Amino acid sequence: MKKTMYEKIWDDHLVHEPDGQAPILYIDRHLLHEVTSPQAFEGLRNAGRPVRRTTANLATLDHCVPTKDRHLPIKDPIARKQVETMIRNCADNGVQLYDMESPNNGIIHIVVPEHGFVHPGMTVVCGDSHTATHGAFGALAFGIGTSEVEHVLSSQTLRQKKSRTMRVHVEGELSEYCTAKDIALSIIGHIGTAGGTGYVIEYTGDAITRLSMEGRMTLCNLAIESGARAGLVAADEKTFEFLKGREFAPQGEDWDRALAYWKSTVSDQGAEYDTEITIDADDIVPQVTWGTSPEQVIGVDCKVPDPQHIVDEEKKKACADALDYMGLQASANITDIAIDYAFVGSCTNGRIEDLRAAAKVAEGTTVAEGVTAIVVPGSYRVKQQAEEEGLDKIFLAAGWQWREPGCSMCLAMNGDELKPGERCASTSNRNFEGRQGKGGRTHLVSPAMAAAAAVAGQFVDIRQK
Amino acid sequence: MKPYTDHTSVAALMDRSNVDTDQIIPKQFLKKVERSGFGAHLFHDWRFNADGSENAEFELNKDAFKDARILVAGDNFGCGSSREHAPWAIEDYGFNTIISTSYADIFFNNCFKNGILPIVVSRRDLDQLMQEIRTNEGVRFSIDLPEQTITTAADFVVKFDIDEFRKQNLLLGLDEIGMTLQNADKIASFEARQQQTHPWLWK
Repeated sequence: MKKTMYEKIWDDHLVHEPDGQAPILYIDRHLLHEVTSPQAFEGLRNAGRPVRRTTANLATLDHCVPTKDRHLPIKDPIARKQVETMIRNCADNGVQLYDMESPNNGIIHIVVPEHGFVHPGMTVVCGDSHTATHGAFGALAFGIGTSEVEHVLSSQTLRQKKSRTMRVHVEGELSEYCTAKDIALSIIGHIGTAGGTGYVIEYTGDAITRLSMEGRMTLCNLAIESGARAGLVAADEKTFEFLKGREFAPQGEDWDRALAYWKSTVSDQGAEYDTEITIDADDIVPQVTWGTSPEQVIGVDCKVPDPQHIVDEEKKKACADALDYMGLQASANITDIAIDYAFVGSCTNGRIEDLRAAAKVAEGTTVAEGVTAIVVPGSYRVKQQAEEEGLDKIFLAAGWQWREPGCSMCLAMNGDELKPGERCASTSNRNFEGRQGKGGRTHLVSPAMAAAAAVAGQFVDIRQK
Repeated sequence: MKPYTDHTSVAALMDRSNVDTDQIIPKQFLKKVERSGFGAHLFHDWRFNADGSENAEFELNKDAFKDARILVAGDNFGCGSSREHAPWAIEDYGFNTIISTSYADIFFNNCFKNGILPIVVSRRDLDQLMQEIRTNEGVRFSIDLPEQTITTAADFVVKFDIDEFRKQNLLLGLDEIGMTLQNADKIASFEARQQQTHPWLWK
């Protein structure tokens, strides 16, 4: 029987399907951070249960950590307690943690691939919706809640219902000015924030296979924003090349055995998906979200929608409410929208290729008057590599702030935040009301687009130079 | 987890779609290490003015909805983050039932771990339920989980579907982890097999 990648991984991990109960799925890797784990460890303690398999876990501190003055204690006492609790929980339970002093510290979904902890064919979970990132490796990776974190820690399994499969096929030539971020936003614009609900998406097509591993991570990271459980990209030579030699990658004889298995995880030719959609990469232009949902997105050469032209009552109201929150006029040109902040970073776009793309635009320029621009490398390894390449000097010379790693302004839990009414060109993943600070206005874009906006003080069609 | 018991309660109307988890529980409240006390921060940015006073414009602040245990809301409720703090806030505030046409996946799963029943109804049924609340704020609905029905004050009955396993877990307030660990031998067999077939996963 021909199977899709999802079906193969599911079948390989099904432990047992008790009568009348949800199936039990084995979890190969569990990732942790400080925000969604404390209550899970507390639950373990209360129930007197140990962590079943300590080495299957890897933890970091990312959401609450400051990106400057890290030598000082964390200002917010509640955040400080949460970080200290994580450190204690990991030490007590034998879970490896990359704390703030570790040279391996960074955002969990940036750090984990750096160490080759996730391989094709694995099941991977974390108390974080952007766990979908690791689907770039052909692993079934998804976000879970804290009760499920406790379930995984206790049993190394999860109760799961099987998802349906969706194939998103992206063919054609992507413009040199467009990136995986633009492909991802385009897809969400097409299918909506609930278009993928109930599905695991597999991304296929030559525009996908041409993406680098980092590009694939950006793409899969945003699968959750279309409502999908997870995103998947088939493992190929790029995947194997990326993994070879990394700390947790198979070594020696194991490498050959693993490689043979990895190659077998890809979807069979002729396997059927429950739904398929096709997108033409040639049609994709640099994307900018205008509203308060990732699905409220448009090409940079377009105008902000006019609610008057929308027929569906609910969509009309959603558009009007979003414009009101975002302080935008209907039919305004995207390229006329001025910004106050530019943020390059996050688990979506905080890797070395993202920093290079932003630096290429920033080089030799100056941040516009009245604009604050910050770069937050996704991890210390990214930061170090960027400094070896001189990217930090490029950004600093252009008037950007060069920060320490962390989730930072993506969700503004650590003090990096917008003031009410401030508008940000952001390389992160969500533009919900208040996401980057109460009253903050977020526009999601690619790194080059964020950098160009920082220079011009407003959005720029980077294809016109 | 408290078992879910049938009840007749006020149904509050939130006539919005795509209510995301950042609105349900904004991130500044995610720093606590406890599971409790999140109800005070439910819908914080909509519920309170900048000076901390209650926003009279926000629907859940209406007197008619103060004792509501049922929340009736639009499509794709709970989209966004996996934060379980969202259902914790909803439950701690006092709701144990949500009625909508659709929910985001992770949020939907998280509800069942916390004794919250997220009911899925058709668009037509949701419209009728919402209309009944609009014309009679403070109206009470009866939820019968074993029979899988919602009955309104106007005697409008909606039958809903629910996964049998999830239904039983809610009714009995079961500890899911305990149930899974009853299969410890099967988990151990799986691991032993995987160590043979995929040894690199265990190094």
